[in-house]
Order: sequence, then C-alpha cells, then structure tokens
Amino acid sequence: MESKVVITVLGEDRVGIVATISNLLASHNINIEDITQKILKGNIFAMIMLVDMQKSDIDLVGLRKNLEEKSKELGMKITAHDLDLFNYMHRI
Amino acid sequence: MRIAPEEILETIKMIEDLNLDIRTVTMGISLYDCSDSSIKDTKKKVREKILRLAKDLKKEAVALENKYGLPIVNTRISITPVSLFYPAKDVVSLVELSECLDGIAKELDIDFIGGFGCLVHKGETAIDSMVISSLPFVLSQTAKVCSFVNVASTRSGINMDAILTMGKVIKDIAEKTGDKDSVGCAKLVVFANAVEDNPFMAGAFHGPGEPECTINIGVSGPGVVKYALKKLGKEANLGEVAETIKKVAFKITRAGELIGKEVARRLGVSFGILDLSLAPTPAVGDSVAEILEAMGLESAGCFGSVAALFILNDAVKKGGLFASSSVGGLSGAFIPVSEDKGMIDAVKRGSLNMEMLMAMTSVCSVGLDMIVIPGDTPEDILSAIIADEAAIGVANNKTTGVRIIPAYGKKVGDFVQFGGLLGEAPVMDINTFSPKNFINRGGRVPSPVIGFRN
Repeated sequence: MESKVVITVLGEDRVGIVATISNLLASHNINIEDITQKILKGNIFAMIMLVDMQKSDIDLVGLRKNLEEKSKELGMKITAHDLDLFNYMHRI
Repeated sequence: MRIAPEEILETIKMIEDLNLDIRTVTMGISLYDCSDSSIKDTKKKVREKILRLAKDLKKEAVALENKYGLPIVNTRISITPVSLFYPAKDVVSLVELSECLDGIAKELDIDFIGGFGCLVHKGETAIDSMVISSLPFVLSQTAKVCSFVNVASTRSGINMDAILTMGKVIKDIAEKTGDKDSVGCAKLVVFANAVEDNPFMAGAFHGPGEPECTINIGVSGPGVVKYALKKLGKEANLGEVAETIKKVAFKITRAGELIGKEVARRLGVSFGILDLSLAPTPAVGDSVAEILEAMGLESAGCFGSVAALFILNDAVKKGGLFASSSVGGLSGAFIPVSEDKGMIDAVKRGSLNMEMLMAMTSVCSVGLDMIVIPGDTPEDILSAIIADEAAIGVANNKTTGVRIIPAYGKKVGDFVQFGGLLGEAPVMDINTFSPKNFINRGGRVPSPVIGFRN
C-alpha cells in the first residue's frame, strides 16, 4: 500500500480547514507527519500535508474520494499524490 | 519536509492546470517466435503471446495513474514489423492478421497497436510489397491498428520506388475511409530514419534490435513549457528562454521515468526508453504553437518559427537527456496540425502554410504530421511531399515522417473532424504545380556523404 502521500489544499482562507482535513485523516488512521501553511499571491491559502498511510484503512483512491467530498464542502481544491512523484521531479 | 512547498505546488499546477501527462505507456513485444507459414497458427501464437504479456498493461497503468495522480492518457502495444515475422503468401492473410491484432487491442482495452508495416529504405522484399498493398484494406477495416513504412535512411538513401507506391497507397486509403474524413491516413506514417523504440503512434513498432518485451513511455506537457515561458516574461533573452525550457523538460522527464520504471517493474519486463516529446492535444493550452507564440511570435508560422522551434526542440532534448539515462524514441517537439489548437488557429488565420511547416520539420523531432490537404491532390504530389521530407531527414541525419490526409471529397477551407486525440483540421492549400515527371523516374537516391561515418 502507498505510504507517504502529499495532500495539498488550495483556496480562499476560512475557519476549520485544518480541522476538517485532520478529522478525516484521523478517522481513517492516517498519520500526519508534517504540515506547512502559506498565504500565496492573491490571498490564496495553501496547506501542504505530508501523511503516512501505512496503517490506513483506505487506499489512495479511497482517500481522494473522501477528499473530493471535503473539497466540495470547503469550496477548496484538494489533491493527494504519492511523495515519490515530487522526489523524482525536484531532486536528483 | 524535504520538498519545498513551492515545488509541490509547481507539480500540482503542472498536473491540474497545465495538462502534464504521461501520453502513453507502450509495451513493445517481439513476435519473431510467432512466425508460422499458416495464418491460422500465426494468429493463434500472436494472440497467445500478446495476451500473456499485456494482460495487465491497462490495469497497471490505471493503478499507477491512481498512485501518483498523474494522468496516463493512452496504453498501447508496438510489435515486431509484420513483414519481419509473418511470411505472408497473400494480401488476404495479412488483412486477416490485422483483424486479429485489432481484436486483441479491443480485448485488452488498449488504445492502439502499432507495427503493421515494413522497412524498405533500400528495397522491397516480396513480403514488404504485400504488406504495402494490404494497407488500404488494413487501415480501412480495423480501428486500432497503426502502420508505418520506412522509405529512406541516411545510411542507405531514399527508395523513390517505394515513395511512388506510397503516394498511390495513401490516396487509396483516403478513398476507402472517405466516409470518415479519410481517417485511415491518420494511422499511417511514412518514415525516413524510423526509430525502433518510439512509443508514439501512428509510427510505433518494436524494432529488430529490441528485447523480448519492454516498456516505453511517452511523456508530454506543452502547457507546462508555455506557462514557464509566460512566467519568465518578455524581457528575457533567448539564452534564458532555452535555459527555462531545459529545466522544465528535466522535471517532466523525471515524472515519466518514475512511471516507466514502475510499470515495467510491476509487469515484470524491462524498462526501455522514455520519450519526452512535447506532443500537443486539441485541448486549450496544450499546444506547441502556443509555446512558439509565448516565445514572441505573433502567430505560429510567421518567419522566426523555424528558429523558435529549433530552440524549443534542442532545449527539450537537453533537459531530457540530463534527467534520464533512458531517453530515446523521438524526444523533442511534435508539430501536428489537427492535434494542436494553436496550429489550427494559425492555419485559419493564414499565418501557417505547408511550406513553413515543411521548413519547421527540419528542426522538429519528426515531420509533417496530421496535415489535411484537398482530396483531389494527385498521387504524384503526395509522393513528392514524402520525397521532400525524406530528403530533409536523410540529409540532416534525423527522423522525419509524413502523416498526411488527402481528405476524400474535401476542398481547401473545408473542415474535417477525426475526434479524440487526432483532433480536427482545416483543409490546407498546397502548391499544385506538377512534380510528376520527377517522381515517376523512381530508382534509389544515393545516400549522402554524412551516411558514411565508419
């Protein structure tokens, strides 16, 4: 099973973003290893999480489906990708 | 976190907004051991072997798409050129074999199967001649089978007899698929210096020097390059432009290599090559023409287009070569017309014509691609277009190809629609002065001095 996954959340800042996503992850036994938050140009909120899915009860496709629902709820764009992709593209 | 937030967001933007994708995962399969004089037994062996090796191709591609969240647009198979493994005695059995291949592709739910062709750059065998004669039937009666004919090489020169024949064959295919805007012609590439490990259709085949089974990957992302150039701004000089393209090409290539190695590992076969080709699609923003325009041209096709494309093609190759030791195939920039919205628009507004396209093929990664011309174009003009392209390829020691569609019953200004990745295109005007007496001479054009390097 996929282990390290990067979740990004992008959109207009609002209350409860971190809580909503963290609750979802906790409910599926997904461990958050790192969180970074940034305000980008045009007042866009960006949150990047590194999570470990080793003990998770769902796979990456399942996680994306869940995140998709939350993305509608929050009105934000949420993605989830395997960490390897970023390592390959940005590190030699 | 080891990766900076900016880098993560850059990748996300490439995938979500800029159409970065793995254009194709192509499995190359050797069919030498399927050779049998009986068509029935050949079909049985071919079927068994392809189904055995590729049964999980689609499944694993989907699994990786899910794992990395990177779209894999097509899965394809390339096979040993039919002329090299099937000792055909007649055209009918070749058509039967093509229908078998089409059935296999449908059964495996893959997009295309390529390699129904032959290499005749120095001359034709009896089997080669039958393969060429079968093409109008094969390409009109099958949906997923793709074909190629290599008519020239820097090492051996240009086979003008084969080129003469191909003009007639293309005309025939156009007529036989006239009810579908002559789409059969979109599944045939006439090559000079064809490469053995190209994963892109229509010209993919599993060459004689290739292993038993291998995975070749085609990555694309014209939108990503265009965005990087827009961000760089108008003040940057062309050295900086080249540098920017190189860096982007590096990142795209790395993503492709990750997928390629992983697919190969999961399927238990060797990883062949990674082909970083900026292959446009009809989607808005996924256009090579728009990159040229982002470099400063008012409209693709204006003077400066060859220079701009040269910079692009070369920088893409350099970035790719640094990113992976397995770069192969065609790697560079494709300039198809019907598959590129920017090219289509450039033709419509009158800035891109056949002559400029042909000049651009001397610096792009392949050749004249997906160009629609009037249906009444004489076959000797088609042959002459192929001969011009072959000459560019042979003289410059590069691959060139011609995938041209003389759309049956269509005139300049009409519009044809192929659908899907093949796109749509306006019928382009061509020079109609006759090259007939030149083409009809036939024979073999000797190889150039640069062909003798040993």
